[in-house]
Amino acid sequence: MNRTEIFDKVQEVFREVLEDEELIIKEEYNASDIDEWDSLTHILLVVETEKKLGVKFLSSEIANWKDIGAMISAIQTKI
Amino acid sequence: MKSYLKILKNKIDESLNYNKLKIALLSDQSTQFISKVIHGLGIERLLDISVWEAPINQIEQQVFNPKSDFNNKLFETVIVFESTHSLLDKFSLSNKKSDFADIQFERIKVYTNHIIQNSNSKLILFNFYELNDKVYGNFSAKVNISFIFQLRKLNFLISEFLANNHNISILDISTIQNEIGSDNLMDISMYLNYGFILSLDSLPFISKNIIDIILTYNSVFNKCLILDLDNTLWGGIIGDDGIDKIQLGELGIGKAFNNFQLWIKKLKERGVILCICSKNNEEVAKNVFINHPDMKLRLEDISVFVANWESKVDNIKNIQKVLNIGFDSMVFLDDNPYERDSVKENIPDITVPDLPKDPANYLSFLYKENLFETLSVSELDKKRTNLYQTEYERVKSKSSFTDLSEYMINLKMVSKVERLSSFNIPRVSQLSHRSNQFNLRTVRYSEKELTEIMNSENQMGLVFDLSDKFGSHGIISYVIIKKVSKSEFFVENWAMSCRVLERGMEQFILNYISEFSIQKGFTLITAEYIPTKKNIIVKDLYKKLGFLATGNKYQLKLNNKLNLETKIKIKDE
Repeated sequence: MNRTEIFDKVQEVFREVLEDEELIIKEEYNASDIDEWDSLTHILLVVETEKKLGVKFLSSEIANWKDIGAMISAIQTKI
Repeated sequence: MKSYLKILKNKIDESLNYNKLKIALLSDQSTQFISKVIHGLGIERLLDISVWEAPINQIEQQVFNPKSDFNNKLFETVIVFESTHSLLDKFSLSNKKSDFADIQFERIKVYTNHIIQNSNSKLILFNFYELNDKVYGNFSAKVNISFIFQLRKLNFLISEFLANNHNISILDISTIQNEIGSDNLMDISMYLNYGFILSLDSLPFISKNIIDIILTYNSVFNKCLILDLDNTLWGGIIGDDGIDKIQLGELGIGKAFNNFQLWIKKLKERGVILCICSKNNEEVAKNVFINHPDMKLRLEDISVFVANWESKVDNIKNIQKVLNIGFDSMVFLDDNPYERDSVKENIPDITVPDLPKDPANYLSFLYKENLFETLSVSELDKKRTNLYQTEYERVKSKSSFTDLSEYMINLKMVSKVERLSSFNIPRVSQLSHRSNQFNLRTVRYSEKELTEIMNSENQMGLVFDLSDKFGSHGIISYVIIKKVSKSEFFVENWAMSCRVLERGMEQFILNYISEFSIQKGFTLITAEYIPTKKNIIVKDLYKKLGFLATGNKYQLKLNNKLNLETKIKIKDE
C-alpha cells in the first residue's frame, strides 16, 4: 500500500469517526485544525485506524504524532 | 454484537417514550467511553440513561465524604468498577499477601454497605477479571500467597457476601472475559496511555450486561421460553424420520441436543416457563416427550404445548393469552430463519435470537446472549410450571360450567390475609416488580422499602393469597396504604397477579379493606390510577368498585363495611 492509499483509508476513518462524510484532511493537520478532534476522539481515531489498516501501533507512538502525516508515516513502517 | 462506534452514534428518537434513569459510575479507571456506550446501548432498549462519572480513582472518597458530589445527587443505580490492574498494584505492595483477599473484601464490603445504607440506589458491583502473573507458574493456582489465588478468593468472597443481598448485583466481568477472551477484554496500550484497561471493543458486551441488570430493576426481564421442536430440541424431523431416527442422546450431534435440553431443564427449574410451538402433529410430537428414552424434557416440564399447522405468529399469540404475560418477557427459539423473521416482524416485542446454524454452537451462543437475567430466586419460581398446568385444568373445568357463578362456588376459593412480615416480603417485592398489568400506581418496592413500611407508623401493607380446590396460587396481591389523617388513608399501591383476574379477588380485597378501615375509624379512602403502557386493564377498576372519580384520582366514603359480590371466603387461621 502506498502513501496515497494509506492517506485515503485514514481519511475514511476520520470521516466515519467524526461523522462527516465530506471531511477533507491534510497531512499537516493536527487536532487544532479539526474542531471535533479532541482527546477522546483521538483515541477512537487510533483504534479505528488500527482496525482499518490491520496495524497495531506501539504504546509509545499513540500520543506523540505531531500531525496526520506523522501518523501515516508510522503506519507505513508497519505495512 | 453491534460495534461500539455504531452504539456511540445512537440518538434519542423524540417520537418514542424512554424511561429516564440516572446512574453513577465510580471507578479507578477513566470512564468516558463506557459511560457513552452505556448511554448509547440504553437508547436501543428505550432507556434514556444519564451517567454521572465520579472523578477517576475516588471511589471511597466519594462514598464516605458526606459533602462529595456523589452524596449530593440521587441515582437509581450506582455502578462500581475496580480493575484487576489496580488490585494487582495493591497486591504487589502488600506485605500480608496471604490475607490479601480478606483485607480487600472487608474494604469493599464497607463502602458497598455504606452506599446501600445511605441511599435508595441499587448497586452494580463489578467482580474482578482474572489475571495470573505466574510468579509461581502453575503452582500459583494453589499457593495462597499468589495473586491469582487471592483474586479468585476475593471473587468468591464477594459472591458469597452478595448471595442474599437483593440491592447489590454483580456485573460478572470474569465470565465476560471467559466469553470474549482476555485479549479482547483488555487493551494495555490504552491503559498505559489513557488510564482505562477495558478495550473499546469489549464495552458493548459489558454495557449490555449492565443494561440487562438495570432493566431487571425496572421489572423488564424474560419469564418464558417458547421452543420449536425439529432441529431445535432434537436433530431431524420427527414427522419424517420417526421417533427412532431423530438425533438425540449420547452420540455425535445428538449430544448437542441432549446438552441443550439439560440447560433448558435448568431454566425451567429456576422458574422460566417453557412452551412448545411447533409445526407438527400434536400426538406425534408429544409421543417423543413421553416415549423417547433420551429426552431430558418431559411433558410435565411444559406449561403450554402447541403443535399444529397454524402459523407460529398466531400460536404464539395464543400462548401469550393463556400465560397472560407481556410479549416483552418472552423468548422464542427456532432453527428456521423464516419462522424467526415472521415472528420478529409480527410481534416486535418478543426476543428472537438468531440461533447459529450448527446446533453444536447453540449453547455457547445463548450463554453470551444472557437472556434470563434475574435479581432473585424464590420458591414460587420453582412451582410456576405447575401453576400454569393447573391453570389449564381450571380452563378445561370452566368450560363444563355454563353458569360462571356456579363455577366460582365450585372452585371453593379461600384467601388468607396477612400484614407485611419478613416471611412474605421477598414475594411481595417480587410481585411489585413483576406485575405490570394489574398495578394501579406501578410503585416498585424493594425488600428494604417494604421492611421500612412494615415498621412504619403511618404506612401498612396487606398481603393476600388465594387457594382453591385445584391448589394454591400463593401470594397474589398486596395493598400498601398510607395514613393521611385520622379519618383518611391513601392507597399508595395495589397490585395483583393476572393469573387470578376475574375471580372476585378485587371485590374480596376491597370488602376486607373496608371492614378493616371501619374498625380503625377511617371513613375515607383515597386512591389513584397512574396510567402506563401496560396497566390499561385497571383503568376503571376503582370506578367499578364504587369509588367516585376526579380525573385519575378516586375517593370512597365509608359508612358501613362493603359487601361486594364475591365467592372468595376468608381463610381462618
